[in-house]
Amino acid sequence: MNEQQAYVRIEHVTKRFDDFVAVDDVSLDVHRGEIFCLLGGSGSGKTTLLRMLAGFETPSAGRILVDGRDMSTVPPYERPVNMMFQSYALFPHMNVEKNIAFGLEQEGLGRDEIRRRVGEILDIVKMGTFVHRKPHQLSGGQRQRIALARALVKRPKLLLLDEPLAALDRKLREHTQFELINIQKALGVTFIVVTHDQEEAMTLSTRMGVMNQGRIVQVGTPSQIYESPGTRFIADFIGSVNLFEGQVLGETEARQRIRCTELGCVIRVDRHLPAARDATVWAAVRPEKIAMTREPPDGLAEVNPETENVARGRVRGIAYMGDASVYLVALDSGREVRVTLPNTARDADQRIGRDEIVFLSWQTGSPVVLTE
Amino acid sequence: MAQNMNQRARRLVMGIPLVWLLLLFVLPFLIVLKLSFSQEQLSIPPYAPFLHWVNGLPQPLLHISNYTFLFTDPLYISAYLYSLKVALVSTLFCLLLGYPMAYVIARAEGTARSVLLMLVILPFWTSFLLRVYAWIGLLKHNGVINNILMYLGVIHQPLTMLQTDFAVYVGIVYSYLPFMILPLYSNLEKHDVALLEAAADLGARPFTTFLRVTLPQSVPGIIAGSLLVFIPAVGEYVVPSLLGRTDQLMIGRVLSDEFFENRDWPLASAVAILMLLMLVVPIMLFQHSGGRQMESHR
Repeated sequence: MNEQQAYVRIEHVTKRFDDFVAVDDVSLDVHRGEIFCLLGGSGSGKTTLLRMLAGFETPSAGRILVDGRDMSTVPPYERPVNMMFQSYALFPHMNVEKNIAFGLEQEGLGRDEIRRRVGEILDIVKMGTFVHRKPHQLSGGQRQRIALARALVKRPKLLLLDEPLAALDRKLREHTQFELINIQKALGVTFIVVTHDQEEAMTLSTRMGVMNQGRIVQVGTPSQIYESPGTRFIADFIGSVNLFEGQVLGETEARQRIRCTELGCVIRVDRHLPAARDATVWAAVRPEKIAMTREPPDGLAEVNPETENVARGRVRGIAYMGDASVYLVALDSGREVRVTLPNTARDADQRIGRDEIVFLSWQTGSPVVLTE
Repeated sequence: MAQNMNQRARRLVMGIPLVWLLLLFVLPFLIVLKLSFSQEQLSIPPYAPFLHWVNGLPQPLLHISNYTFLFTDPLYISAYLYSLKVALVSTLFCLLLGYPMAYVIARAEGTARSVLLMLVILPFWTSFLLRVYAWIGLLKHNGVINNILMYLGVIHQPLTMLQTDFAVYVGIVYSYLPFMILPLYSNLEKHDVALLEAAADLGARPFTTFLRVTLPQSVPGIIAGSLLVFIPAVGEYVVPSLLGRTDQLMIGRVLSDEFFENRDWPLASAVAILMLLMLVVPIMLFQHSGGRQMESHR
């Protein structure tokens, strides 16, 4: 990506509230037409960052550029940016039509033009029949659409969404997710979405940034973040993961192995490792990347500390999720490992049951080796 | 059993204000209403009996002469109109002064807010009468304000402020300002800050945001505060008596004079009933808007 494509540029932005640092030296580029998700827990600084983009907070240090223009001294009402509030913040004394028209009236547009554009956006969010309703007469999902319409009707180049789906129930949320993506594609708006829900971030975003304690810890596409997390924090925060601590055996470049006592075997990765011999590292293995069998794989006779990528354990618990089941397998060391298996067989008898002895194995490419 | 107890407790709780209203409002009102249709008489009590016995049956004697008299003597009409004018102007000034004050208090943080609210309520700790008396000392010919202005050289002749309309406005606005500020504050304090941010985000400058978002939502507070000032101001007796003009009476003063000076109870009652009728209209407006507000905020 070249310089010109950075539509929103955040340069070394810090925000302090008294002695609390909410956002700590964040730099980030967001490109035109992206759906960029800021993902983090509460207090991670994601909302503060969003509010600085909207202009409700001013950075203590650093600057924010939108389309090459420094926003430091621009008040919110002059920014080419609109926001969809988590609470929706619809004006309770105005009906749907007036709520949506409010932003256009501030631009001094004519009555007919306003009516035309309000009608247009209501068609896009499929709320055309609700023009005369007051916000308190709408359901949560309908309010969400009106809030979206009110922000989009201004045709912003950048739309900020603060937990856009948090107030919706699960079914509606899934449906709305796809609709949001369609609307974004159709209108070509750049979205910056703040969310604490990793699933939401995964499905919505073209790229995402994971925030922790005021910093952006990793930026990447959802699959980059999921498959190649940079730290144990991210590996653990996004999805579920088994983290095994071990020491680098340090052999040749081509033959890289990690001794892991709690697994009772050696993890073979055969990749360059960013750590020296005997250094402590963590191997992160996703539950769905572990194979679980009743018999040892590849005709292995037994599992001993020198075995590569195979561990032995006993099933301690099974959580049936419908499409898949999560197994908790206790190894001889007492360590528990999560394994997810798709429920391909309908017949429960064919599935591995509780207290069975099982063998866990994985590909050399599956573990991600982390040093921090 | 428990439900029975519950129901009885509820009836008791609802009954207390009901009994209170019946004994201390409805009953006295009916007595005053009856009095207003009686005839004055030199006796104790100073009016003729309301019920007249005809063939062993009670017949009410309705004298409307008290009411017709009110419309024939210009003193009463002028007093009514003057009272309305004073109450309206005072309410307006209370609103103009009280709104910004309530707004600032509602936006103030923690301790500052409590201190400011305390300052609004503080005057109530001194007697109302005393506070109005204090204004005489401030406003009179040789009073504090005139002396300061003369000392500063702003004026060379003392201003006549006491016993003018100005003094009445000052007195009423000063006395009733807290009744405007408190309901406005309790309304403004509940406003959602996100709405102001949303308005700014949609391109509205702060003043537009105030006009289109804050002001419309504070209408119930404005109505409540205005009624709390307007209604007692119409019947105000102390302020105009101490600070006001001698050539123009307010209706509260007329009422008291009729009652205590002229001992014309029926006429005084008619004055009171007519004043009540004048105030019923704004009270009903208040009820109406209050009801609507409740509905839209469910």
